[in-house]
Amino acid sequence: MKFLEEYRDAELIEKLLKDLEKVITREWTLMEVCGGQTHSIIKSGLDQLLSKKINLVHGPGCPVCVTPLELIDKAIALASRPDVIFTSFGDMLRVPGSKSDLFAVKAKGGDVRIIYSPLDSLKIARENPNKAVVFFGIGFETTAPPNAMAIIQAKSQGINNFAMLVSHVTVPAAIIALMESPDIQVDGFLAAGHVCTVMGYWEYEPLAEKYKVPIVVTGFEPVDIVHGILKCISLLEKGKYIVENAYARSVVREGNIPAQAVIQRVFDICDRPWRGIGVIPQSGYRLRPEFAAYDAELRFPELQKIETKESSLCISGLVLQGRKKPPECQAFGKECTPQTPLGATMVSTEGACSAYYRYGRYINA
Amino acid sequence: MCLGIPGKVVELFEVNGMKMAKIDFSGVVKEACMEYLPEIKIGDYTIIHVGFGLSIIDEKEANETMQMLNQIAALGEEG
Repeated sequence: MKFLEEYRDAELIEKLLKDLEKVITREWTLMEVCGGQTHSIIKSGLDQLLSKKINLVHGPGCPVCVTPLELIDKAIALASRPDVIFTSFGDMLRVPGSKSDLFAVKAKGGDVRIIYSPLDSLKIARENPNKAVVFFGIGFETTAPPNAMAIIQAKSQGINNFAMLVSHVTVPAAIIALMESPDIQVDGFLAAGHVCTVMGYWEYEPLAEKYKVPIVVTGFEPVDIVHGILKCISLLEKGKYIVENAYARSVVREGNIPAQAVIQRVFDICDRPWRGIGVIPQSGYRLRPEFAAYDAELRFPELQKIETKESSLCISGLVLQGRKKPPECQAFGKECTPQTPLGATMVSTEGACSAYYRYGRYINA
Repeated sequence: MCLGIPGKVVELFEVNGMKMAKIDFSGVVKEACMEYLPEIKIGDYTIIHVGFGLSIIDEKEANETMQMLNQIAALGEEG
């Protein structure tokens, strides 16, 4: 496939890594924000090929992982209702709630359906007028425009039996929270390329300057990631704290303007709790009041009474902040596996624990 | 979820007032919403996320980046 194979060229990667060795003079800690990049790094073995002077820590950019437990429990409560068809991206089904998960609800007869696009939920709603169709609208800025479009289409097509359980979060707020935390030491960031495809990268420029960290917009294939790391290390070695774009085939500084306009039309910014991390101010999107009719939490007010309980063993919050790596968890690969996950980071295809488990990084290097 | 797959636009059409496309992913053809890419045309490559195109791949930028990376790689090989 064009735009894929050439970015997986092992020979090119090997040569670029040799160049990196010439540029780097000391140890640096870089954080890749996006869990999709974490998986690409571990899957391709880049973590083992890179200069030992680079400590790659994994960031909070896994939407499945940071969706708060309370919302997972609300999703489970909704999906258990006989009058509801619950739709979701597949990753969410195995995420552990306080007592159960969505797969278990489905196994007991709950109508839980995995969808590919948020628009699929509208089709299901049209075909099932006597049921409420609730879509689990999660994600970072990348999925916000698709999810927002589902709301706009529901309204314009008069589909009133559709609602969304919203758990949207944003990357810049997470970077601020990490950099304001006194015990987190990150020298440079690889910013999530597809979030920047939507939002551009102008939002990161004041952050790079304020926190004295270079931020490099980075893609997802191994060559893209090495390109991002090379740029980031070059900036660090020169003492330059700016934003650079290593994913120019998809990202422009101003981002996708029509997509941003629809995000702003449908959502406004709110404080939001992140699972394992806590409330991050101004870090989420919620539906604007004019779309309140599609807000599942308002349509089902009994959801407010849910009490939650986290696993006492799971350290996914520390993993999501780059404070710990998965093998440092005493439950990793023992009580916690993809079959019996204690935390969402072991479930998601963007979760760091899942990447380490799947690609055999059992030993704490 | 933030991962996207590049594909080639082979057909454009409209459903419920929304701009849609058929996208060829190396032989597998799927429909996707192009509402966020008003300028997209047949033959363009786009990256699809949860059934939506969010960017048109800029072939000129892609070629320039590859050239630049190959130059860096050549430097890595020297000495």
